[in-house]
Amino acid sequence: MGPEHLPTTEFEIEDPGQTLGALAGSGEEPDMVQLLDAEGVLREDPAYSRYVADLDGEALRALYRDMFIIRRFDIEATALQRQGELALWPPLQGQEAAQIGSGRALRPQDYAFPTYREHGVALTRNVDLADLLRQFRGISNGGWDPRQNNFHLYTLVLAAQTLHAVGYAMGIQRDGADAVSIAYFGDGASSEGDVHESMVFAASNNAPVVFFCQNNHWAISVPTEVQSRIPLANRASGYGFPGIRVDGNDVLAVHAVTKWALEHAASGQGPVLIEAFTYRVGAHTTADDPTKYRVTAEEDAWRRKDPLLRLEKHLRSAGLADDAFFAALQVESDAFAKQIRSAVLAMEGPAMEDSFNTVYADPHPLVAEELAWFKQYEAGFADAEAGHTAGETR
Amino acid sequence: MVTMTIAKAINEGLRAALAGDPKVLLMGEDIGKLGGVYRVTDGLQADFGPDRVVDSPLAESGIVGTAIGLAFRGYRTVCEIQFDGFVFPAFNQITTQLAKIHARSSGMLSAPVVIRIPYGGGIGSIEHHSESPEALFAHTAGLRIITPSNPHDAYWMIQQAVASNDPVIVFEPKRRYWLKGEVDTANPGLDPFTAQVLREGTDATIVAYGPLVPVALAAAEAAAEEGRSVEVIDLRSISPIDFDTVTTSVHKTGRLVVAHEAPTFGGIGGEIAARISERAFLSLEAPVIRVGGFHMPYPVAKVEEHYLPDIDKVLEALDRSLAY
Repeated sequence: MGPEHLPTTEFEIEDPGQTLGALAGSGEEPDMVQLLDAEGVLREDPAYSRYVADLDGEALRALYRDMFIIRRFDIEATALQRQGELALWPPLQGQEAAQIGSGRALRPQDYAFPTYREHGVALTRNVDLADLLRQFRGISNGGWDPRQNNFHLYTLVLAAQTLHAVGYAMGIQRDGADAVSIAYFGDGASSEGDVHESMVFAASNNAPVVFFCQNNHWAISVPTEVQSRIPLANRASGYGFPGIRVDGNDVLAVHAVTKWALEHAASGQGPVLIEAFTYRVGAHTTADDPTKYRVTAEEDAWRRKDPLLRLEKHLRSAGLADDAFFAALQVESDAFAKQIRSAVLAMEGPAMEDSFNTVYADPHPLVAEELAWFKQYEAGFADAEAGHTAGETR
Repeated sequence: MVTMTIAKAINEGLRAALAGDPKVLLMGEDIGKLGGVYRVTDGLQADFGPDRVVDSPLAESGIVGTAIGLAFRGYRTVCEIQFDGFVFPAFNQITTQLAKIHARSSGMLSAPVVIRIPYGGGIGSIEHHSESPEALFAHTAGLRIITPSNPHDAYWMIQQAVASNDPVIVFEPKRRYWLKGEVDTANPGLDPFTAQVLREGTDATIVAYGPLVPVALAAAEAAAEEGRSVEVIDLRSISPIDFDTVTTSVHKTGRLVVAHEAPTFGGIGGEIAARISERAFLSLEAPVIRVGGFHMPYPVAKVEEHYLPDIDKVLEALDRSLAY
């Protein structure tokens, strides 16, 4: 649709409603890329099947294993919160395929900017998963070195990181490097102004960045329809770059589409928006109560599209995995969860003094003065305690 | 020594920063071909190319947000915000992201982003073009804030801001852009985060910064004609504040007037007054007196002369201080 379709004067509009409908054509549901249906049946896609053609049985089992492990991890983290060991936990259940499928498409030199639910992507970037819990245990506002695995810290101010991803991609361009940055955000965050600005900057610079929107249908209690009257993938056309909706519960389709998008961006053709159509099966966080805003029938319908279940069906029907594989995976993941639990329980909070040391990179007189005061203040208690102890022993 | 305006000094400072480090970039609205609305970046895109002197889309959060991402890739971006009143779309990126990333990453990441903001009034302009929002940023830990008042400082402080490993906001006194002065391009002089005694005196101290430094100097000159010896300190750095230099002066003079264009309520003057009362209470012969804007949105240009601190307002404050 180009400007030639627009009426030149208001008098040419015979049926304003009809004209509006035509102009709003981008509200049409886009095709959704799917390679593995909910029954685990493989489908041929002329554009995307080739991106997963090299995945043999071992690779498919590895994808399943990733999804299984991260789901088990998620269950353990939720339990740790319930037991008072974490302040809060945002579960990822239902979004395993969107995260593992995309994360496993990334190359080491690519750089991921997550929101705060991208535990599955963290796994694919080889982040020590116990470190993800540091923030939620209240002992760090980060928890890992982002430079080690090219996996940025979680960002809690929604969508702020989408601009960082674009800036990082602008740096890649200037370095002439073969790399792509990927920005993860959700359907709720898509309303934030920073997403708009990041897409404007990405398009303007033709930056090698992939916008990966997990449309999990709920921004805490608010459904996607409140955020957008058109499918989110369609928004990309307004910025002049491709937008693709993919079945976010189909790990193969997500993997294929992400590989294509990375290739597209890395080859100098600019940004891509991927809308992974998925569902947050659990609560927004452990402080949330989904029964207040959605019906269980909807949750049940999405459970039938479970990402793990469909790959399991495929693995079994194709003879790529048997009972022994799944049983062994259960044992492995339980052991892993146990490791995570003991790692978390052993985590100790930092000293208050540490907080003074990282406010600025270069020395700062006010921080130094306040630290000196704090040390002296604390030392006063130590003297009092020492005196008290001495008094007791006399 | 070379004589140049503050605007030219910043231009030359940016040129030196660009020439000295290939990772230095400039980004902002209209800074390329136009050279910025104040022509501070004039000619830099022609010399360093559009990939290093970047005309950005018109979005302040986008400018600062992408500069943060560039920092993670090793770049040092100098962002230009066109006017003081237009920084607020970027306020979130500056305060929740830029200021905190070093702490959030336990010191592993830093974001050496520089944000240049022309600020202050006195130019007869329209709404949102005359504000002094420095206190809003000074309240945020993780940021450094400096403001030059003369060409020599302007030339060096912009380069020192680029060299800093912390984010630095440089508030540029826009009504002084055409103020001329000598620049010693061979000698950077003071650390950018220290204050400078510009005029020595014994009866009272005036602390000012940015656009009010010439006002403070003129007030001191007028007071001298009445036999009062007034010390003038150019604060230069708003975060951190060099309280040592101010304290030393107050120990000597016993009286302090702080002047800035920003509203006095919740302003930098209040912070200085509190600190000095803690540090030099027994030296004070009078309460610290603030001269600043009223608690109102910046007024229309036709009345701004009644809003802005001028020589008379500073002298009136000096009189009150000396009368104690």
